[in-house]
Amino acid sequence: MIGWLGAMLRVGRKLFVKPETQLYPEEKPKLFPRTRGRIVLTRDPDGQERCVACNLCAVVCPVGCIDLAKAVADDGRWYPEHFRINFARCIFCGFCEEACPTSAIQLTPDFELGEWRRDALVYEKHDLLISGEGKVRGYRYWSVAGKAIDGKDKGEAEHESPPVDLKGLLP
Amino acid sequence: MTRKLDIDGRIIEAKDGEDLLSACLTHGIDVPYFCWHGALGSVGACRQCAVKVYAGPDDKEGRIVMSCMTPVADVERVSVSDPEATAFRAQVIEWLMVNHPHDCPVCEEAGSCHLQDMTIATGHNIRRYRFDKRTHRNQDLGPLLTHEMNRCIACYRCTRFYRDYAGGRDLDAFGAHDNVYFGRAEDGPLESPFAGNLAEVCPTGVFNDKGWSQDYARKWDMRATPSVCPHCAVGCNILVDQREGRVKRVQNRYHGALNGYFICDRGRYGPLHVVSDARLRAPLLAGEPATEHDACAVAHAAVAEGAIGFGSPRASLEANYALQRLVGPERFFAGVSDAEAAMVRRIVALLRAGPAKVASLADIEQADAVLVLGEDLTNSSPRVALALRQTARGAERDLAAQKGVPRWLDPAVRTAGEGRRSPIMLVTPVADPLDDVAVMALRRDPLAIAAFGADVAGVLGGGTARDADAQRVAGILAVAERPLIIAGSSLGVAGIIEAAAALGSALGAKARIALLPPEANSIGLALLGGGGLDGAAALLERGAAKTAIVLENDLFERAPRAGVERLFAAAKSVIALDSMASETTARASVTLPVAPFTECAGTFVNYEGRAQRFFAAVPPHETAPSAWRRLDAFGAGDWHDLDELIGDLIVERPDLVGVADAAPDADFMMADGQVTRAPRPYSGRTADDRAGQFADAVIPVDLDGPMTFGIKGARGTAVPPALITSYKTSGQHSANNVTRFLEEVGGPLRGGDPGAMLLKRSEAALIDAPPSGPVTGEGLLLVLLHDAFSGWELSRVSALLAARAPAPRLLLHPDDAALHGLADGAAVLIDGRLFAAPVSLDASLPRGCVAISAGGDAPRGPLRRVRVEAAR
Repeated sequence: MIGWLGAMLRVGRKLFVKPETQLYPEEKPKLFPRTRGRIVLTRDPDGQERCVACNLCAVVCPVGCIDLAKAVADDGRWYPEHFRINFARCIFCGFCEEACPTSAIQLTPDFELGEWRRDALVYEKHDLLISGEGKVRGYRYWSVAGKAIDGKDKGEAEHESPPVDLKGLLP
Repeated sequence: MTRKLDIDGRIIEAKDGEDLLSACLTHGIDVPYFCWHGALGSVGACRQCAVKVYAGPDDKEGRIVMSCMTPVADVERVSVSDPEATAFRAQVIEWLMVNHPHDCPVCEEAGSCHLQDMTIATGHNIRRYRFDKRTHRNQDLGPLLTHEMNRCIACYRCTRFYRDYAGGRDLDAFGAHDNVYFGRAEDGPLESPFAGNLAEVCPTGVFNDKGWSQDYARKWDMRATPSVCPHCAVGCNILVDQREGRVKRVQNRYHGALNGYFICDRGRYGPLHVVSDARLRAPLLAGEPATEHDACAVAHAAVAEGAIGFGSPRASLEANYALQRLVGPERFFAGVSDAEAAMVRRIVALLRAGPAKVASLADIEQADAVLVLGEDLTNSSPRVALALRQTARGAERDLAAQKGVPRWLDPAVRTAGEGRRSPIMLVTPVADPLDDVAVMALRRDPLAIAAFGADVAGVLGGGTARDADAQRVAGILAVAERPLIIAGSSLGVAGIIEAAAALGSALGAKARIALLPPEANSIGLALLGGGGLDGAAALLERGAAKTAIVLENDLFERAPRAGVERLFAAAKSVIALDSMASETTARASVTLPVAPFTECAGTFVNYEGRAQRFFAAVPPHETAPSAWRRLDAFGAGDWHDLDELIGDLIVERPDLVGVADAAPDADFMMADGQVTRAPRPYSGRTADDRAGQFADAVIPVDLDGPMTFGIKGARGTAVPPALITSYKTSGQHSANNVTRFLEEVGGPLRGGDPGAMLLKRSEAALIDAPPSGPVTGEGLLLVLLHDAFSGWELSRVSALLAARAPAPRLLLHPDDAALHGLADGAAVLIDGRLFAAPVSLDASLPRGCVAISAGGDAPRGPLRRVRVEAAR
């Protein structure tokens, strides 16, 4: 008798506790900025593509769902001619983001990727490239790289001295 | 002689006279290094290979030495992992990295970079240096190489290779201390035909393959396949890298007896002809695109009317054999001029009879006196010229060795050797790039070269010379311990080959000989037999056959035009099987596309008679099957795969049984399965996975080779040498790691160098040469100028080489020019056809000759005379 009443009491008390269940999708979950969801390609503060097609994301990807190919723009920048991620395969491990030396590839908190057709989950570059900087603000890979591009000659990157004058006689 | 060395408690057997670094590397002990290179020796510049050596068992302190500079004879106990040595190496790499730019993501080298490997191996992963980096401006080094000087770590490998090894003049080190700069005095293409090797020699990304950079994939994303260069008769081993069915680049594949660490630029950039626009991708009927069905129907009907076949010196032995089976041996012809076919058959007969042992490139480097008859080696077979530049240093090395300087201590050898040169004697019609290492550089016209060789042989046989130079040459050859005679077919004079053979006989057992035919499989074609074009034309004119099948051959390139026109006129229909569009395919009644050498497997027989297998780098496309499969469909045989064809070949020709041993056959398996072409991380495998299948579940099947296109399979040092696809071992990704795969530095691959020698010496008695016909035509003797970059039919269509190729030339002696009323720069008709280049006067050219660039306007063929007259 006592046990039975005790159980009723313990269950009944929950009537007055705030429920844990959320009414997704009517109610959107609150996700932290570093939640690992849909992958995007970001741009640097000048609006230039950050990705230099170094292929590190593709090679570190444990399921091999990233494919890209390098091309060189007229101004000397490397960029991906195509950039493809198959989200049907992606496991959102975030290795690509960790491997990226230019902070181009980033995972966003958007996890709502449901599609009726599998091939709709293959995202091409125009699906991936966003116009902002994402989580990493202010980083310009080309201003620390040694390769010259239009508008940034040799010796003009951060921590670079002017190019050596080979004809000079001074020590 | 070997001696025991204790390295961190492990006892290894090092060869006496070796350096400590080589001993460690060949035994699989990783010591970081930069400036050391197997072919370039030790200079001790980078201080990276520091190890600790101990004086004896009681020595607890030890001392740090540079292992590349330490002979194994001086040490007993060594520690690589000693904390002090490790810390020393870590400091050195930190210094080297002080100015290295933050470039890896945008550097082609990354992923197969020796600097990356060594930096990671040494544990330097955080940059502590906060000050400014030194920068340099780059140079434009032409269409073949990129230049990014900021990445340089000043190991001096580039100048050591380019200047000291390859004899180039236009790359040098400028500046001093921190500012040292490696480049040309001014922008411009690097002149040496071996410059492409800088991309592999450079341990960082300063020099890189420009073609690869323009059509780029990371090393870890490309499938690599062992192959053989089709661009000359040397048969250098190459690795063909491809991604998604597109060939991206070619790299050297080590072969101890042949190319070693280096190939020429024609071998590196020439094979990219397979991605050129000149690829034939669809069947043609009378020059117009047609369907596969229609073209095959017409071809089958034509074959049924009675066909003769033209083999090709650039098609594989198997394809040529299939054609021979289809048409029968008496109707099978070599698709070259009669004279060339006879000459290469004679080379085979000479190699079999063996007046002298045939010299591999490794043997050439060991010779101590060399006579070159008529061949412009740098331009016709460039890799031989590179070997000869090492031969020239033999006397220097001998003197240094007498003084106790080991061979690997390269700069010391140069000083101790006092600049001595082994005698290299050139007898050629035009100025030769090897003149700078030759003790005698004689200019003779082609017929005089043959007479000169015969004269030298006569002196060696006890006669007297008509020519004082011949007397001197004979004197030098007679006293040499390892004399070598090099001759070839590039001048089209059979007498030169005979003279070389006579010299070989006269010199006796100590002599070696190298007879260079024109193309990669010239010897293979000659082994199958068959006369040249003219005999075939006569047969067609008699009406004994109506159809001519031309296998992978532009006849207009290989024989004088009149003979080929006669053939086209006599044949009712011509069926061309080729991978590249050419004048022959355009004029054939039916043209069927076949696989180029990167899309099929086959065997080339090089100038030594070494059968070497190449494999399909790209899965064969159904629209362009192997040539032998096309011929199989015509009824040549009933072959399912290449091994069945080779089985039939060696039953019919027991003397060619070695072809089967050139490489493991297609059912070869290792414990991990088939050898794989793919590197372990191969990215993007599931990116296109639209059908919901695992992409690797549908691996293309290669019936003709023992390698898989999948990512699972055997790799590493246990793979048979003929199937090595990569030199990667754990932590070592760059081509420098080839040392792990060698028995000794510069020696053969573990398990023996690939390939099988087909020609056994003294198989047959030497019968006298058939008398060669008189020189046809009237006027001046025609000398064809070969060029390392614009070599021949296939290399001309490689876009990279085409960008590097020189303009055509026409050289005349000033006296001859005056006789013909031609001034410098005048336009010229050659046999009535306007030649593409104006006259250049060259006083070093012998009188009575005209030298013109080889190519479409100047096909190969026997030595002939041409009319030279001023164009109006």
